[in-house]
Amino acid sequence: MADKTIYLDFEEPIYKLDTKIQELKSCCDDNLAKDFNKEIANLEKKTQKLLEETYTKLTPWQKVCVARHANRPHSIDYINALIENFMPLAGDKLFGEDEAIVGGLGFFNGQAVMVIGQEKGHDLESRIRHGFGMPKPEGYRKAKRLMELANHFNIPIISLVDTAGAFPGIEGEERGQAEAIASCIMEGFKMEVPYIAVVIGEGGSGGAIALATANRILMLEHSIYSVISPEGCASILWRDGSAVKKAATALHLTAQDLHKFGVVDEIIREPLGGAHRFRDETVKHAGDVIWKHLTELKKLSPADLAKDREEKFLAMSRIA
Amino acid sequence: MNWLLDYVRPKLSVAKTEKDVPDNLWDKCPQCDAMIYGQELAKNLYVCPHCGYHMYLRPRKRFRMLFDDEEYSYLEAPKVKEDPLNFKDTKDYRSKLKSAREKTKFDDAFVAAFGKMGGHGVVIGVMNFNFIGGSMGLAVGEGIVQAAQFAVERKVPLILVTASGGARMQEGILSLMQMARTTLAVKQLKDNHLPYIAVLTNPTTGGVSASFAMLGDITIAEPDALIAFAGARVIKETIKADLPAGFQKAEYLKKHGMVDMIVSRHDLREKLITLLNLLGNTYTKGE
Repeated sequence: MADKTIYLDFEEPIYKLDTKIQELKSCCDDNLAKDFNKEIANLEKKTQKLLEETYTKLTPWQKVCVARHANRPHSIDYINALIENFMPLAGDKLFGEDEAIVGGLGFFNGQAVMVIGQEKGHDLESRIRHGFGMPKPEGYRKAKRLMELANHFNIPIISLVDTAGAFPGIEGEERGQAEAIASCIMEGFKMEVPYIAVVIGEGGSGGAIALATANRILMLEHSIYSVISPEGCASILWRDGSAVKKAATALHLTAQDLHKFGVVDEIIREPLGGAHRFRDETVKHAGDVIWKHLTELKKLSPADLAKDREEKFLAMSRIA
Repeated sequence: MNWLLDYVRPKLSVAKTEKDVPDNLWDKCPQCDAMIYGQELAKNLYVCPHCGYHMYLRPRKRFRMLFDDEEYSYLEAPKVKEDPLNFKDTKDYRSKLKSAREKTKFDDAFVAAFGKMGGHGVVIGVMNFNFIGGSMGLAVGEGIVQAAQFAVERKVPLILVTASGGARMQEGILSLMQMARTTLAVKQLKDNHLPYIAVLTNPTTGGVSASFAMLGDITIAEPDALIAFAGARVIKETIKADLPAGFQKAEYLKKHGMVDMIVSRHDLREKLITLLNLLGNTYTKGE
């Protein structure tokens, strides 16, 4: 049986086909195998067609679901696949260590880089350890520290954005969540090194932009980036928690929308069926695109890198 | 400072002696429920004479209270794309904007003016909470960028008086981007060693608190002002427990090291002038 948990609600027909294919494959009667192979090939063709039909026409709400899929590659997966000799660095040197943000130095195609990413975790234990990818002030202050460190040694920065939002809670407020995010945004603008932000899953509001005042902002094809979650928007503006689909559409939160607004520089294509089905392929391709942008940015002088970033953001909403 | 070059210089227009919407004859204090005679309340800068509660102060009144001789010129409101998402919820956003404009007589939730305080030239920007909850979209963001720009050109300090529920949801990602753009505005002041003073009033929350509001060289809060990142209701729902007394109030923030001082509205002008005197009295290095 196909593992039902990885299928999203709207993927029910794909799930049924996959289940059937697996049933046929597990049948080991040699005499029947030949007939089955033909049938299997047919079904696989059908699945492919269904995936294509579904994934080329995902609605904004469906994209929200894909962007949040538990099997989607997370920051740690990108680091493991793309970064050699990764040296994780911990702590804000002020209060504590927040594993909702993973960060450290490593080699990316031979170039030393600082990677700073939000990490959601992949099972209950790791989700708790990583604070469900919702950073606290100490997380943002750690990110700020790592940016300063990178800038000091002239090392490019790659940030991986994947958060439902900054942690909402008493400790967060007490320790200055607002100030921590604001300072992190400011720090990004001070950088005189290439700074590339990649929204790999969910770009949740202020908690996301804290790590995205970059020279280049890239988004995975089925990732989202929004001022508020569709749930939050539905409950405030529609006063109806079930209006999430309408809210997701109204917010224009898809990579394609953001590219149109000029907020995002490039959309990183995902294999048909989404990053969660083809994790290695997705990460590898994302690495290629990040590398292309890094190569371009390395040609700019330190002062021009800071200027490029400022001009980019100042122009952003002066759209005609 | 290259971006200065393509910047659209806001025009100044002298504030006419405007008549405000007539004050209510009687107002009720939202904190102690006392009925206060309108004129008495106005004279007391909208601070309840019984319990000291700081009620919302409209931009014009704020300007008159802060500038020398109540004299100032408005910076022209920036031109921005209206309703960039073509946003509709149960009501369409354009009609919300229209009724907010009719109600407040302002273009959007931010207005800036140039004038003098204690003889110092200064740009003051005020958020208008009555305009869609003071929320920050393109017009607010661009207004702050241009106000900062104007201050840098005139080499004068910037004071921003905040009052906002956060980002303007109806402008989607473009409203989120204003957190970055207003931070850049503040950075221009810092790069030019010009003071930026943030005055946080009730309420200052969400994307506004997590950007320019919390980046002042000096941060002042009005007494009892709600200053927060996440809404108390959201936090309560998440942790399913009661919140500490005074949570997210100005005094709580001061206790936790997030604001420099809490200043009553009656003392605000005087305290700001002293700060401007101090920050402006720099010595020349090496002399």
